Amino acid sequence: MAGKVLDIRAISATSSPAPGIRSAPVVAKLIDTTSCIGCKACEVACQEWNDLPPETTVQDGTYQTLPDTTPNFWNLIRFNEHETADGSFQWLFRKDQCMHCADPGCLKACPAPGAIVQYNNGIVDFQQDNCIGCGYCIAGCPFNVPKMSKHTKKVYKCTLCVDRVSVGLEPACIKACPTNCLTFGDKDVLMQKAENRVKQLKVAGFQEAGIYNPPGVDGTGVVSILAYANTPEAYGLPKDPHVPYLVELWKSPLKWIGNFAILAGILGTFIHYLRFGPKHVPKDAETSPTQAAGGGQ
Amino acid sequence: MSTKPHMLKPVKVLPGNVLRYNFAERLMHWAAALSYIYLLLSGLAFWTPWMWWVAMMLGGGPVARAVHPWMGLIFTAAIIYMYRMWLPDMRITPTDLEWKKTIKAYVRNEEEEMHPVQAERGFARFAPVDRFNLGQKYLFWVMFWGGIVLFVSGMILWFTEYLPPSLNWLRLLAAIVHPVAFLVTLAGFIIHVYMGTAVVRGGFSSVIRGEVSEGWARYHHRLWLERIQRAEAAKK
Repeated sequence: MAGKVLDIRAISATSSPAPGIRSAPVVAKLIDTTSCIGCKACEVACQEWNDLPPETTVQDGTYQTLPDTTPNFWNLIRFNEHETADGSFQWLFRKDQCMHCADPGCLKACPAPGAIVQYNNGIVDFQQDNCIGCGYCIAGCPFNVPKMSKHTKKVYKCTLCVDRVSVGLEPACIKACPTNCLTFGDKDVLMQKAENRVKQLKVAGFQEAGIYNPPGVDGTGVVSILAYANTPEAYGLPKDPHVPYLVELWKSPLKWIGNFAILAGILGTFIHYLRFGPKHVPKDAETSPTQAAGGGQ
Repeated sequence: MSTKPHMLKPVKVLPGNVLRYNFAERLMHWAAALSYIYLLLSGLAFWTPWMWWVAMMLGGGPVARAVHPWMGLIFTAAIIYMYRMWLPDMRITPTDLEWKKTIKAYVRNEEEEMHPVQAERGFARFAPVDRFNLGQKYLFWVMFWGGIVLFVSGMILWFTEYLPPSLNWLRLLAAIVHPVAFLVTLAGFIIHVYMGTAVVRGGFSSVIRGEVSEGWARYHHRLWLERIQRAEAAKK
C-alpha cells in the first residue's frame, strides 16, 4: 500500500496496459542464509514497522516462532534441521516471506482489478481495498506466500516495505539484522555481491554453495545465498518454481477460447433467427390428425 | 415415460389448453433460472475484466463474491429437485435417437413436413416427441452435471481461507474446473433461452402460466399429449 511515488509495471485483472511509463532500477533483498544466526530480529522489526497485531506462538518442538506465515505475520525464519554427510546436525535457516517474483503467479491468477500490482522497481504489492477474497492468488503462488485473514477475508503478505522503499529507506528487516546477512539495494549490484560470496563459500569448503534466484519465475526480488544450492528442498524451497501451468492455461488460451465461444454463441443464435426465424404452429394443427382426416372424408 | 400423478391432477386450464408445467415445476424452473442469471453475471465479472462493471452493479466485487456461493446453493437445490421431478421424462429413449436423425431439419424449421394432416409423410421423416425433445434433454443433462461439477468445485473455493496449504493443488484444480464447467453450461443456457423465447413461440408462456394449447402440444410433443389424453380418458 504505497503512495503514488512508484510507477505500476503490471496490474491484476486489467485489460488496458499498466500505466507505468518510467523505468526504475529493480531492487532486491539479498539473504545470505550462511550468516543467519536465527535471532529473529527481522521478525520483530517486520511486526513493529508494519504495526501488525501479535500472533500467539505455537510450540511445535522447534525454535521456529510459528509453523507458517499468517495474515499478521509476513516474515518467518524457518529452522530447517539438516543432517550433513558426516552425520552432524545443522540448522539451515531460511527467511520465509514473499519472493517478489518478476513473473508473479498471484497477479496472473487475480480476478479483481488492481488488487495486485507490481511496481516498476519489481515489488509485488497487494491492495487490500480492491481484494475480493477469492483466494486465487494463493493458487497462483509457487511459494505458498499469500495468507487470507478469516476476519477481513482479504489476503496479506510482505510488501518489501514498499512504503519505506518508495521514500528511499531500506526495508525494516534489513535495518534490524545484526550479522549483515540481509542487504538491500539495486539487484544487479547485489547479484555481483552474491557471486563473490558464493566464491568465498566454495573456498571455505561449501562446494554446493549457490544463489537461489529461480529462472522459472524470471528471477525473484528476494534472492538467497544457500550453502547447499543443489538441494533447495532442504530449505523448504521448491527446486524449479514457476507460475502453475494451469494458471497460464486458464488466463491465456482458455480465456480467449471462452470469450470467443460466448460471443460466437450469442451471434450464432442471432444469425439463426435472421435466417430461419421462429417455429409457428400451423392453424390446422389445432385439430387432431384423425379428426382432420375424418372431417375430410 | 412419466404418468406421475401430479401431472394429472385436475387443474383448471383454459378451454382447449392442456397443463404442461405444474406450479412446482414452474417455481423450480425460475429458482434455477434466476439464480443462474445472478451466477452468470457475477461469474462473468470474475471471468474477465471486460465484464467487471457487472460486479460494480451487483454491489462491488466483495459483495458479488460473498453472494455468489449462496446463489450457487439455490441453483444446486433447484437442479436436484428438478432431477427428482423430471428424471423419468429426461431419460433418452430410442424414439429420441430416431428424432436425432432429422435434427438438422428441426434446426432449419422444416417441420412443415410434420404437418398432422400429412401425418404419414411427416412422421416418416420426423419421429414424434414425448414430453421433452432430445435437445431439451441434452440441456437438462448439461445443466445437471455441469451444476454438480460447479457445486463441488465451488464448495472447495468458498471457504478458501480454511483450506490448508497442503491442499493448494485442489484449490488450483477447482479454480480451473469451475470456469470450464461454467462455459459448458453457458452454451446450453444461451441456446435454451433463445429456443424458449424466440424460436418456439408459446414455450416461454408455458413455463410462466403452465398452459399450452392442444395444437401446440400436438405439434411439438405429440406422444406426450396422446399419453396424458389416454390417462385422462382412463380416469373417466
